[in-house]
Amino acid sequence: MTAVVPPPNTAVPARAQVVRRRPRRRASASRRLLGALAVVVALAWVFPVYWMINSAFLPTNRLRTPEPSFLPFGGTLANFRRVLGDPSFYDAFRVSLAVTGLTLAAAILFAFVAALAISRFRFRGRKSFVVTVLVVQMIPAEGLFISQYQMLDTWHLVNSVLGLSIVYVAAVLPFTIWMLRGFVSGVPFELEEAAMMDGLSRTGAFFRITFPLLAPGLVASGVYGFLQAWNEYTLALVVMTDPAERTLPLWLQGLVEANRATDWGVVMAGAAVITVPVILFFLFVQRRMSSGLVAGAVKG
Amino acid sequence: MSAPPAPAAPAPAAPRTPPPATGSTAAAPLRRRRPLPARVGPYLLLVPALVPLAVGLGYPLVRQFVFSFQEYGLAQQFGRPAEWVGLDNYVTLLSDPYVWGVIARSIAFCLVNAALTMALGIALAVLMTKVGRAARITLQVGMLLAWGTPVLATMTVWQWLFDSQYGVVNWVLAGPLGMEGQRGHSWLIEPLSFYAVATVIVVWMSVPFVVFTVYAGLLQVPDECMEAAQLDGASSWQRLWRLALPMIKPVLFVVALLQVIWDLRVFTQIHVLQRAGAPTRETHLLGTYIYSLSKEFSMAGAMATIMLVITLALTVFYIRRMLREDEA
Repeated sequence: MTAVVPPPNTAVPARAQVVRRRPRRRASASRRLLGALAVVVALAWVFPVYWMINSAFLPTNRLRTPEPSFLPFGGTLANFRRVLGDPSFYDAFRVSLAVTGLTLAAAILFAFVAALAISRFRFRGRKSFVVTVLVVQMIPAEGLFISQYQMLDTWHLVNSVLGLSIVYVAAVLPFTIWMLRGFVSGVPFELEEAAMMDGLSRTGAFFRITFPLLAPGLVASGVYGFLQAWNEYTLALVVMTDPAERTLPLWLQGLVEANRATDWGVVMAGAAVITVPVILFFLFVQRRMSSGLVAGAVKG
Repeated sequence: MSAPPAPAAPAPAAPRTPPPATGSTAAAPLRRRRPLPARVGPYLLLVPALVPLAVGLGYPLVRQFVFSFQEYGLAQQFGRPAEWVGLDNYVTLLSDPYVWGVIARSIAFCLVNAALTMALGIALAVLMTKVGRAARITLQVGMLLAWGTPVLATMTVWQWLFDSQYGVVNWVLAGPLGMEGQRGHSWLIEPLSFYAVATVIVVWMSVPFVVFTVYAGLLQVPDECMEAAQLDGASSWQRLWRLALPMIKPVLFVVALLQVIWDLRVFTQIHVLQRAGAPTRETHLLGTYIYSLSKEFSMAGAMATIMLVITLALTVFYIRRMLREDEA
């Protein structure tokens, strides 16, 4: 859990000795009050996630009571057994894995070279490209999916991993370029120049000096792309109409519709199974994601 | 949470442009040892990104735009050439009061959600800067768990929370809070309470991103500035309102822009809630309405084009501002 600890030097600016107009005790009292508020907000935000895990361990007869059980004492693994014993889960898992892998490989590679171009070169049309990347994100995918479906239908790519990956790559590229651009700009060009002075070629300088410094940025963008593709629902709903080709989110929705009225425990177990690995992944890289976004937002 | 005192000492004027991030933003003069490759290089680097964008987004967009001026239905599926009908599809849609209702609801939903998300997100980011380490990490972990949960898993949990019979929301309202009328209450039947549930879910999902991004921005405000302001006698709230937040304006702009775009095109949450037993016609927003038109391809294309225009209208102000600031 150390991934979320911010650098320590930012906690509070050292209080200047010169002006301390307020007595220290009151300041710390209000600090404690704000701290308590922060914890309450945190609990409110965690509750749905907690409720999912809690309900996943409860047998059906304890979910269908007038009084909810807030703690899973005497819980059961039956819900998880039912989910993990279901072959359709593994089919969906395989489809999700294939689509995500394909999308990631393409998106990261393409976004990386594009980010390189816009942050390391000055050329005619550079600004238009940056604007395009921004404006493309305004295009509501929800307005396009029908025509994307028709296009894939024409090429016989509906219900195929390749077809879904094509529209996924287009969907995650703009933001990935945006993020990577921030990371690339964050590595001072002077470092490369110094290496070039020492006789390295431009390419050599880039791969020996800049590229290692960019690795965290690439990982962060990769995880962003992974989360997007892994969790995406709308395009999958439109493109993967065959139940045999469902991705995990579609599978989960199917599970809800089959068990909504009867068995929330199984549904929660299904949700927990697809949530926990994703959250673990996410915790490792989220800080880089945020700082990359900030760096991308400040001009670079 | 005391009210900010009247500004006694003028806080130092915030610089209009943000301090450059780490890294050189100055155009690096390139020594062109090989003039031609250096000139063609960047364009070659852009090609791999442009191809999937053109195929996956550009082509469907153009195609849909063209179809929106044609009559394209069942006969055309079987190979009859489509007829040009000019603006007929648009006229049909825009003369339908129901469509205007969908548009108005979508814009209202978008603005309410984006405003709530931004207000809560900025407030919590500021809160993070004002509390001790333990409280801050607790809040961060809570936010991260919410942020990292896949959207479909989130939707299932919230459906369970708002379940009319055994959902914990109704239990809390009816039991400890004594609102007997809430027992067995169906949240999704009434459009207004349907949107309230959707708003709770969307805000819950969107706030963490705003919090972390704004917090990361606040950390970039140089300590020297804050200390100098403090020495000049600015209170901590003044330092926040007049120094830190203005300094991270570009970050706030980008985040707000993304929120508006994302909340206008909200689809998954509405669609899943509709499938959970809500009347679809009364609860459609732009995305789900277009989805419901999928059989009438020309109409869907026209509606999607209208949606694109609305998106641009809502965001053009931001984009122009960002371009003015992005004078690279």
